[in-house]
Amino acid sequence: MRSVRPLRGGARLSLIDARGLHKDYPLGDHVVHALRGVSVTIDTGEMVAIMGPSGSGKSTFMTILGCLDTPTKGHYLLDGRDVSSLDDDELSGVRGRRIGFVFQQFNLLPRISAQANVEMPLLYCEVSARERGERARRKLEVVGLAGRAAHRPAQLSGGEQPRVAIARALVNEPILLLADEPTGNLDTRTSAEIMAVLQALHRTGLTIVLVTHEPDIAQYAQRILSFRDGLLVGDEPVRERREAAAA
Amino acid sequence: MKLAATAGMATAALGTNRLRTALTALGVIIGVGAVVTMMAIGAGAQARVAQQIQSLGSNLIMVLSGSITAGGVRLGAGSQPTITEDDAWAIQRDVPGVEAAAPVVRGGVQVVFGSSNWATALQGVTPEYFHARDWAVASGRLLTWDDVDATSKVVVLGQSVADNLFGGSDPLEQTVRIKQVPFTVVGVLARKGQSARGEDQDDTVVVPLSTAKKRVLGASQASARSVGSILIKVGEAGRMTEAEAQIRELLRQRHRLQPNEDDDFTLRNLSEILASQEAASRTLSLLLAAVAAVSLVVGGIGIMNIMLVSVTERTREIGLRRAVGARRRDILSQFLIEAVFVSLAGGLLGIGAGIAASYAIAYFFQWSVLISWSAILPAFLFAGAVGVFFGYYPARRASRLKPIEALRYE
Repeated sequence: MRSVRPLRGGARLSLIDARGLHKDYPLGDHVVHALRGVSVTIDTGEMVAIMGPSGSGKSTFMTILGCLDTPTKGHYLLDGRDVSSLDDDELSGVRGRRIGFVFQQFNLLPRISAQANVEMPLLYCEVSARERGERARRKLEVVGLAGRAAHRPAQLSGGEQPRVAIARALVNEPILLLADEPTGNLDTRTSAEIMAVLQALHRTGLTIVLVTHEPDIAQYAQRILSFRDGLLVGDEPVRERREAAAA
Repeated sequence: MKLAATAGMATAALGTNRLRTALTALGVIIGVGAVVTMMAIGAGAQARVAQQIQSLGSNLIMVLSGSITAGGVRLGAGSQPTITEDDAWAIQRDVPGVEAAAPVVRGGVQVVFGSSNWATALQGVTPEYFHARDWAVASGRLLTWDDVDATSKVVVLGQSVADNLFGGSDPLEQTVRIKQVPFTVVGVLARKGQSARGEDQDDTVVVPLSTAKKRVLGASQASARSVGSILIKVGEAGRMTEAEAQIRELLRQRHRLQPNEDDDFTLRNLSEILASQEAASRTLSLLLAAVAAVSLVVGGIGIMNIMLVSVTERTREIGLRRAVGARRRDILSQFLIEAVFVSLAGGLLGIGAGIAASYAIAYFFQWSVLISWSAILPAFLFAGAVGVFFGYYPARRASRLKPIEALRYE
């Protein structure tokens, strides 16, 4: 895939460099410490799974990685740039140009076609209508849905919907793909299909971070980060990585 | 983000719930329709008054003879012939600003032509009369001083009289009989239509003052020079009050009235009556438009209500858009444009509805209505402003949603 940026020559720079991230939420009278000092680096081209029970802070960490929120304390460098203190518009720009999201519910807009769903992020990038259409078609080809572009989400199968969500995440040529429980609502076979798509993307050099609570899904990644009580408690490579059949 | 793309999204979003969109727009349709209709009615009423002023002639003062008291019964203005032709000439000569002072005698007569006849009002006048009333002929000629001096038996017909006696044929040079006296028709007056009181101003025949007195109505017992009224035209509207006071002073002098005596004549400022009618109709049309505008504001509240519901329903969509790069102002403009779309579409349909309603009112109630761009354009712009005003709060609320919370909204 041409979309992925090449590694920077010379010194190897981490794509994600989190340093002492804290996140506090006010909840009623007291404060919830969702993250209590997390430091980790992820290099370009890695495929990382984040695991942990609910309330462990993994979702909050994902939110900060995706520039959907900023840390209360600490620094987050994305591709060498400190994004932990950007304002709302700047964060929107980073999300729109550098990050692709796949959500658990896929969050497809129900009234418009798969093609229009995939085009949607480009509406916010000053891309011409013609180029939007072309780029969305290419990404639908990548996920194997070229023939389903005109269908609405409800007309697509349970296995096709996440593919549309992935195509949408790729359409802005991101340097980082974040997937939040991408298989959470899928049966085993469809899950394997989706992981195959993600692995194929990873092979093209795309950096992928996915949050999951299913250990066997995490085995598709190269490395597993484990969270508990707002802290990073484990960071291990996957020894017997699962390889999904190419989709 | 490009406007075309935003507009496309707005129409798509509005199209997904057509009934709701239509009902929301209905509030604006009714509001704008009401504004357009009410302004058309108001403008129609004003135009009617203006047309009446036009037909009467502008800046007119009328002097009527005083009233007489017979056995304790006062008979009203004009019942005692106290004013004369000479009063008229004195006014014309001595009161500055007076363009014309026309002595007039009136009487009801039966006009006969061949086998048909018609009851109408006869007026004996001098040529000043036509000047004072801005009245021209449709065909033939007006009366001249020669006619008056020679006591000529010539008549100028009002349009209604000409229509009733002659039907379609040409009345010029025909002879009609008034009180057995043969008159030659020398002219037909231009049509003036209804007066402010609803009288047909064209239902009249006009003859020389001298002829009217000697041949038709008979000279008054009091004086051969007396007339029923004097119609005075003042050059400038601004000098009306001044002229009125000077005319009163002059007539009191000429009639040798002591300071403690009442006027033996009545002065009426005809333009003032119409001006007050005009003011009343202007106030009325303003009131109508204001009431209609209230309904437009109510329509705007409807938009706001639905937009708030829509923002809540589409919280996750908003979260998604924010996640893939939409800035706050992108979300703001998306929802604002939706609101403005509804209000402008409602505005366009409302203008159509308003025009249709205006014509219906004109047709069924015989009211005069006047539809003008100067009413339609502000109504349309006002509708747009209502959309912006009432759409802003929901749109702002949408744009202020935190992306991550919006995404997780159930």
